[in-house]
Amino acid sequence: MSAERVPTVVNVVMAGLGGQGVLTASDILADAAMRAGLDVKKAEVHGMSQRGGLVTSDIRFGDRVWSPMVPPGEADYLVLLAPTELEATRAVLKPGGVLIDTGVVAAEDLPNRRSLNVALLGALSVHLSIPEALLLDAMRADLPEKLHPTNEQAFAIGRERALAAR
Amino acid sequence: MDRSLLSGDEAVALAALHAGVILGTGYPGTPSTEILEAFFELGGKAQWAPNEKVALEVGLGAAFAGGRALVTMKHVGLNVAADPLFTAAYTGVSGALVVVSADDPGMASSQNEQDNRHYAVAAGLPMVEPADAQQAYDYFLHAITISERWGIPVIFRMTTRVCHSKSVVISGRTEIAPPGPTHFEHDLPDRVMIPAYARPAHKRLRAKLAEIAAWGETCELNREIPADATAAGAAYTTLGLVASGVSVLHAAEAAPGARILALGLTYPLPIERVRAFAGSVDRCVVIEEGDPVMTDTFHAAGIDLEGKPETYRFGELNVGRVRRILGHDALEERPVPTGKAPELCSACPYHTVYNTLRKHDCIGAGDIGCYSLGVLPPYQVMDTLVDMGASIPVGLGLRHALPDEQARRVVSIIGDSTFIHSGIPGLVEMIYNPPPTGHVVIVLDNGTTAMTGQQEHPATGRTMEHTRTGHVSIEGVAQALGIPSVTVMDPYEDPDTFERLLIERLAARELSVIVARRPCVLAAADIRRWEQAAAAAANPIQMAPEAAVAAAGAATGGAA
Repeated sequence: MSAERVPTVVNVVMAGLGGQGVLTASDILADAAMRAGLDVKKAEVHGMSQRGGLVTSDIRFGDRVWSPMVPPGEADYLVLLAPTELEATRAVLKPGGVLIDTGVVAAEDLPNRRSLNVALLGALSVHLSIPEALLLDAMRADLPEKLHPTNEQAFAIGRERALAAR
Repeated sequence: MDRSLLSGDEAVALAALHAGVILGTGYPGTPSTEILEAFFELGGKAQWAPNEKVALEVGLGAAFAGGRALVTMKHVGLNVAADPLFTAAYTGVSGALVVVSADDPGMASSQNEQDNRHYAVAAGLPMVEPADAQQAYDYFLHAITISERWGIPVIFRMTTRVCHSKSVVISGRTEIAPPGPTHFEHDLPDRVMIPAYARPAHKRLRAKLAEIAAWGETCELNREIPADATAAGAAYTTLGLVASGVSVLHAAEAAPGARILALGLTYPLPIERVRAFAGSVDRCVVIEEGDPVMTDTFHAAGIDLEGKPETYRFGELNVGRVRRILGHDALEERPVPTGKAPELCSACPYHTVYNTLRKHDCIGAGDIGCYSLGVLPPYQVMDTLVDMGASIPVGLGLRHALPDEQARRVVSIIGDSTFIHSGIPGLVEMIYNPPPTGHVVIVLDNGTTAMTGQQEHPATGRTMEHTRTGHVSIEGVAQALGIPSVTVMDPYEDPDTFERLLIERLAARELSVIVARRPCVLAAADIRRWEQAAAAAANPIQMAPEAAVAAAGAATGGAA
């Protein structure tokens, strides 16, 4: 075990309502971080997620990740799929942390509204050092093949919008 | 060696496969459910039991036969299984028996946050606690080895964050001996716990625990994480933390300059190692979630170290809370903002039932499952909720005690899987000790264990693989017990009939069971598919599609 204990990790919190694909998007991000050779941890609370309540998922990656949970007020990025849940989740962001929400890319902007999770992942990707190709690889590995084209499009639209807004 | 991103639950399943576990059994319960599902997906033999007590007993039998058995449940499930647990500590096992207790500090999806470390102490069983998925994999293999070496069941305690957090797992580094063959040898004094045999068995148990305690002082499940010399805050260099489970990770991050004694064997605790560790630092603090189980044990042994302020007994720990513990911050914490609460699915068949119960001002003795959401607005028709199966006995107790006008409005509300789990003894009580006003039990039968993610159970008549097996009829059980009025109907299709029936049964002053049967909207399509596949398998002559659908309909829905 490394003695390197001072954290140099990227902290992402994804939030939305049950059924919006928060857990899928967080799986893709964590998978991509692992493909990039990073240490990664991901924490979430399941259980009631299929009943439409607030679902949040913490994804942390870097050289060495300890706790699986993003410490309160230390998220670098908050990816929010449901605007109604901003009040309940904004406290996770650190001062100067980046909110990535439906103001960047909304479901209406997409060929399939259900790809909002992947579109916001595309928007997040412009901020990350994880190569775009690895995120797309992870997406393809985690989703059934018939969903690949619409999600590739959604990812690209999210990425474009975020780049344009910079 | 293989590198993959796994949840703690998936890591246990993979370890069970690599350990040659002969049988995995349990009852679904968040956050433990995915262990058996993943074990099954990996090709292991896994099956759902009607409840945790039965699961533990089946696992015990497999371990008496010399096999390696895995039994899974959530923390409150261990209460149900406590009876065999305590005496299995005396009998011991010939193979291996690892009992996963998945605790839920913070109650993400549970009715209490009991700390099952107390069970290890109370029953006298070794307890192993992993911190993350890698340790869930490695330590499960150690747990099997401990169980076989000392012939003793082992409690493998996980928590919500360990079960559901994903992290990188490298498998294949921890050694495990291949499983031996199963066989039976008569050994009455070891396995038959009449008093004459149980008295020496108790002494054998204590002797095993003493040996395990001595071994635990230096075992590799208890490790020290060195301080990071580059960390800011030189004052931390004389800080030592003792932690277990996911708290180890919070502690390592919260205080990079501290030395950490990370305990993976938490019963019996390595008292002398902790004493030496505490003596080697200026300040020693125990970082533990839940009750101060370790702190109290160390204090009782005369070790000079600190626990945590009372406010940190409640809920789960995180990096921020560990920092506050280290900063002596004992102030009451601000509640975390909550987002949108879960609710019944919009097309859930329970809506019409709850509308009717609310309209008639019923007193609802409730139970555990999706239908527990009937406690929330707009219905609020769940007046009590305590434990699995409590709806029927608590409803009976209310009827016995309440004045007639109120007693007549009491109904017990229980789901299909919960009915199978522990509802049947309540019906037996109802037949044996009927209240003067009679009673009305509503079984909300949506054909699946919906809350935990649509698992099969004995009343679906399908196995974990969704193939056909023996089927327990809920109405058949009620009729066989002698309940005078048993009705099966679809409340969604026909809400008016349900309302008329309820009014009639509440007024009847006799014992009634209403089976309100309609498949869960989330599971209905899958159930149709499984039934079609099962029908095709049962009848090798090619069925016309319409006939297959009709057969599926007869098996799952409609009035029986």
